[in-house]
Amino acid sequence: MSHDHTLNPETMPNEPEKATQEGQNKFIGFWFFLGGETVLFACLFGTYIALNSSTADGPTANDLFGLELVFIMTILLLTSSLTSVYAMYHMKNNDFKKMQLWLGITAVLGLSFLGCEIYEFTHYITDYGFTFRSSAFGSAFYALVGFHGGHVTFGMAWLIGLMIRNAKRGLNLYNAPKFYVFSLYWHFIDVIWVFIFTVVYLMGKVG
Amino acid sequence: MADSTNSNEVNPFQKQKNKEEMQKQLISFALMIAFTIIAFIIVATGMMDSMFVIPVLLILAAVQVGFQLYYFMHMKEKGHGMPALMMYGGLWAALLALAALGVITWW
Repeated sequence: MSHDHTLNPETMPNEPEKATQEGQNKFIGFWFFLGGETVLFACLFGTYIALNSSTADGPTANDLFGLELVFIMTILLLTSSLTSVYAMYHMKNNDFKKMQLWLGITAVLGLSFLGCEIYEFTHYITDYGFTFRSSAFGSAFYALVGFHGGHVTFGMAWLIGLMIRNAKRGLNLYNAPKFYVFSLYWHFIDVIWVFIFTVVYLMGKVG
Repeated sequence: MADSTNSNEVNPFQKQKNKEEMQKQLISFALMIAFTIIAFIIVATGMMDSMFVIPVLLILAAVQVGFQLYYFMHMKEKGHGMPALMMYGGLWAALLALAALGVITWW
């Protein structure tokens, strides 16, 4: 098979996301970014762990958190991680329509997660008066969980933008790395959430 | 190969490989869900001593994250030396940050 250097080859290579130099650069660069994000979230986690008992006579972690909602949010985000794996599976089989379908499901699950988080924060603020300014615990909590929620929001805008922009283009070697890098980002969001539900919610309930 | 004009075609061997990979990822998803449920049950029922619960929860989380990184994000595959370097470099700096914050808080 001769290698043609077009972005729309007749047969797609096995790993379309890494078939071009640009794709490889995006791949390496994005992992570099994720390494940096790890450090950033570690600082927020460290701050939270240091401050989570400084409640200034306000509500404590044990008063606030309800495990049911957190469980639903965890399942939503974990499932959306799997659906983006399915999307990448169809990308590798060069099936653009199925990839778009699974990315769409990912978007729906991600938006449901965001809806739950908005409900959760409103519940804390209106029913408990627990805000960013109510205590050091409040600041650390909203900084950590809110920053994760901000990442989810950004990811949703990114995903929907990608899906709309490439809807008529189909899959090619130019946009395959873009989809792949998004899926890495989305899995990383789930990695962070695993630590949030463990360290913030479950350990907050244990005491 | 040369007479293939349908760009939707993927060679059957690769398709089979992708399918096997997908099955592994489904199994890791099932395990991740199981670990999540175990973690929630441990906390919801209060069945364990609180000294003991936190390390167990952290181990369950670490295993889940391993599945995410190595299966979902493909770090177990070839050509992931640089990603591993970045992630472990990041984790190293993350541990230093956590240790520093721990020391200034509880020393």
